Order: sequence, then C-alpha cells, then structure tokens
Amino acid sequence: MNRTALAVAVAALAALPFVAGDYYINLASQILIAALFALSLNLLVGYGGLTSLGHAAYMGVSAYISGWLFLKLGLGHLLAAPLALAGTTLMAALFGLVALRASGISFLMITLALGQVLWGLAFRWVSVTNGDNGLSGLTRPMPFGIDLSGATAFYFFTLIVSAASTACIAALAYSAFGAVLRGTRDQPRRMLALGHNVWLVRYLTFVSAGFWAAVSGLLYVYYHKFIHPQALGLTNSAEVLLMVIAGGSGTLVGPVAGAAIVVLLKNYVSAYVERWTMLLGFVFLAIVLFMPDGLVPGLRRLWVKFFGARA
Amino acid sequence: MGEVLWGARVSLALEIRGLSKSFGGLPATSDVSLAVETGERRLIIGPNGAGKTTLFNLITGDLRADAGSIRLFGEEAVRLRTDQRVHRGLARTFQIITLFPHDTLAHNVVLSLLGLAPSRWNALRPLAARRDLYQRAREVLATVGLAAIAERPLAQVSYGEKRRVEIAMALAQRPKLLLLDEPLAGLSKEERQTLQGLLAAIPRDITVVMIEHDMDTALSYAERITLLHYGKIIVEGSRAEVVAHPRTREIYLGA
Repeated sequence: MNRTALAVAVAALAALPFVAGDYYINLASQILIAALFALSLNLLVGYGGLTSLGHAAYMGVSAYISGWLFLKLGLGHLLAAPLALAGTTLMAALFGLVALRASGISFLMITLALGQVLWGLAFRWVSVTNGDNGLSGLTRPMPFGIDLSGATAFYFFTLIVSAASTACIAALAYSAFGAVLRGTRDQPRRMLALGHNVWLVRYLTFVSAGFWAAVSGLLYVYYHKFIHPQALGLTNSAEVLLMVIAGGSGTLVGPVAGAAIVVLLKNYVSAYVERWTMLLGFVFLAIVLFMPDGLVPGLRRLWVKFFGARA
Repeated sequence: MGEVLWGARVSLALEIRGLSKSFGGLPATSDVSLAVETGERRLIIGPNGAGKTTLFNLITGDLRADAGSIRLFGEEAVRLRTDQRVHRGLARTFQIITLFPHDTLAHNVVLSLLGLAPSRWNALRPLAARRDLYQRAREVLATVGLAAIAERPLAQVSYGEKRRVEIAMALAQRPKLLLLDEPLAGLSKEERQTLQGLLAAIPRDITVVMIEHDMDTALSYAERITLLHYGKIIVEGSRAEVVAHPRTREIYLGA
C-alpha cells in the first residue's frame, strides 16, 4: 500500500466518529479489534506458512487473565494489562515448544488440540473462570483519566492501540526478519543450508503472534466488558483463520479486509437473515473459487487486468 | 586411508569416518571414510543411486547419520544442526533448484548474506533500507556475470542463470568448504563453459567437493576422485589412478 492510500485510510478512520452514529462507531471498533487479531495470526499463516487452528487461545487467555485479575484480585488495569500480556506470551512460548515439533497439517492439529484444552478448561474450571456464565462485571480502563465508556472515546483508544500494533507488525513484515520468515515458508531446507535457524525463526514468530493476539484480547474484553469460554473456542479460531485466508494471507491489507467482511456480515446481515453463517459460507466459497489467494490479491489482479499496471 | 592422513598431519577441511545411513533397512551410505584436504578439488562420481547426494545430505546435516563421524575443519560436526555447520564455514548448492522464484536475484543473494549476518534477527528496520546488503549482493552477482539482471525476478531468468545464482549464493557466504551437487546438470554447451570458468575462478582457500556426471568437465577440474557404488567407496585416488582403475571402467565408465 502506498503512502497516499495509507494517509487516506488513516484520515477516514479518524473522521468516522464525526459522521457516523454510535452503532457504526462500535461496529468499527469491533472491526479494528478483529483486524488486529487477524493480523497477528497472519504472521504465522501468511508469512510463516504455519496454519494454526487454535489462535483464539491467545486472545481468550489474555482476556481471561485481565478479567480474573480485576475481579478476583482487584488489580487495576494498569497492572492487569501488562500481566495479561506477559502471561499470554509465556503461554505462547510454552505452546510453541509443543506445536513447532511439527509443521503442515500436524502443526494445525496440535494448535487445535491446545486451543480446545483451554476452551475445556474455561468451561470446567468454574472456580476461576465462572464456567459457562463467563466473567462479567468488568470495566474499561481509564488511560490518563480519560473515560472510555462512550463509543467514540473507546473507538479512538482502539484505533490508537491497533494502529500502533499494526505498525509494529508491518515493520516486522518488511524487516530482515520478515524476509527470512518468508524464506522459511517457501524453502525451509534451503534456508537451513544458508545458515538460518528455521526452528528459532518460526518459534519467535509463534510467540510474537501470541503476543499481538493477546493485545487484541485486551481490546476485546474492554469492548465487551465480559468474557465467555466461546472466545477461546474453535469457532473463533476458525473465524479468524477465514478472515486471514479470505482477505489474503501474507499481505497486510488482506486480513484487515477479511476482518471487516466477517464482522459486517455477522452484525449487519444477521439482523435480516437468520442463517447468516450460511451466507458467510457462500461468501468464502466464492472467494476461494474465484480468488484463491484471497480478496485483496485477487482484486489487485483484476485492477491490473482492467486498468493496466498498478496506479 | 584416514590413518595415513592423520599421520601426515595435513590440514583437513572434511574428514569422514565410518559413516553409515540406511533408509528402511536399505543402506544408502555404508561405512564411508573420506578425507578432503584444505584447498582440494574433489570429485565424487558413481552411478545413479550410488548414494552421492545422500553423502552430501549427511555432511550438511540434512540427514542424520546412523553411525560414524563427520569432522569439519577439525571439529566434530555430526551432532550439529545444518545451520550450525553452515556457520562453521560449510556451503552447498542443490541438484534441484530451490531458490525464491518471485524475488529478484539480488534478494535471493541477500537471503544468503543474511544467513550469516546477526542483523537477520532485526524485526524493525526495513530490509529495503539495507543498501549495504543489496550493494554486496550485486557485487557477488557480478562475480558470476549476472550484475546486469540483479533486479529481475528469478522466475524470469534462464535455467543456466539460475544455476549461476545458486553458486553466487553459496560463494556469497565466503565458505571454507563448498559442496556442489551436479552444478552442470541440464546446461547447454555454452552455459557449461561459462560455469566451468566460474568454477575455475573459485579461490584456492575454498575447498570444493563436487558431484558431477559430465566427466569431460569434471575430470579436468578434479584433483582427486572418489567412486561410490551402492553407498560404498570402491575406488579413490588421483585423477589418473581412478580413471585407469578396472573397477571404475566396469562400474561407471561402462567401457
């Protein structure tokens, strides 16, 4: 994405609360949170070639730790947030040791299994997680004394956090480490022969993907002020994977577009159509059939086809 | 044979003793012992399936040996990972081209340069801003005569040029020991001559071990030859000795 497009996008996002009502502002917050979540998974799936079906674990655990520290220990957000991030990152560091013993479909199955273990734990370990009732009665933080209970204030908070996180993820994608990571995706054996520690590159990516998912988990729990085992579940993991693949894995704009599609369909279409998940299925089917590398790369190709070289 | 060299105290780039590897009970390498002196040009020959590439994969660590020892530059390396052996000074090219087709030639070489550079862990600074790396990559490409097309995607260059990129990537790391797996395979006569010139220009401080079927080219390059058959060393010696050996004629030259 060139600088002009980036500037237009940032300006449009910043202007949104001045032209839209609360419903749409909240919808935009949800899209931003989902986009960050999808971008974190994209590090693994898109750049690392490691398809994970358990990424909701990191979003969910971060949200649970934050909620639990607030409710049970009475910690303020200033302490709970870094502890949630640290705890989740530590968990990613442990899970990575297990999951990265494999790649391909085995890696996917291990991440799925680890995710389901946590989901089961959230359901059954009632004394900690409150089981099926979830943790409720949570609050939003007040950074520098600013009240985030309103839609607009929370939207700007989410925008700042997710933009800063996206900048870090983009920096990684364009860095030497990012180039090496893509190399391990395309030719792992060749990268080894060039002196790259393929396992360590993947491991560090796994841990950072967990960290950024934890950041999105904090935004998620602040937005909903509630956390339920479902956030850790397979459906959530599959949904975020669909966002990445449908939008275009291995690109920065793709997962964001994928997140927007899923959140909009979920919130908007479900008001009119009861079987909205079926519609979601059809949308993905169409994308996979006609643009197998995702919506953003597919549209880019169409653009080149009809308007010549990239404008 | 290793014993003699031990006694002679020559400096060895590679020393293999009793190396064995089987796939499902089928021995691909059995009890191979081999010593390559620093600066030597060694040719490995043998019929298809003789275990030549398996031997390379054992030396690089792509495959784990069942038994035996591999010493690189005097250091036991049999337990080291591939990337660790590369950091000790080992480089290789592959028989089947496994480069990065969507990236430019320069970027392919940059990935090779990064393999030994601590800055490969930098996740913040844009790689495109590393002009020093791309400059160095263009210099390396110039040594194989590809500077003019350094910015072209690899997928758009000829097979012979890809072969040269392979060698450029290996040489970019300034290795001490270079393993070339059939560098001339599939090349036209002109391309072969170009590549021959490149191989001849490899500095003497780099030890070269080469697998090659094109005997005309390979024989003129090699100083010593090892003949493998069914994973065993059948004949080893100077160029003249091996070519004249009856077993070589029987197994390989087919005369």
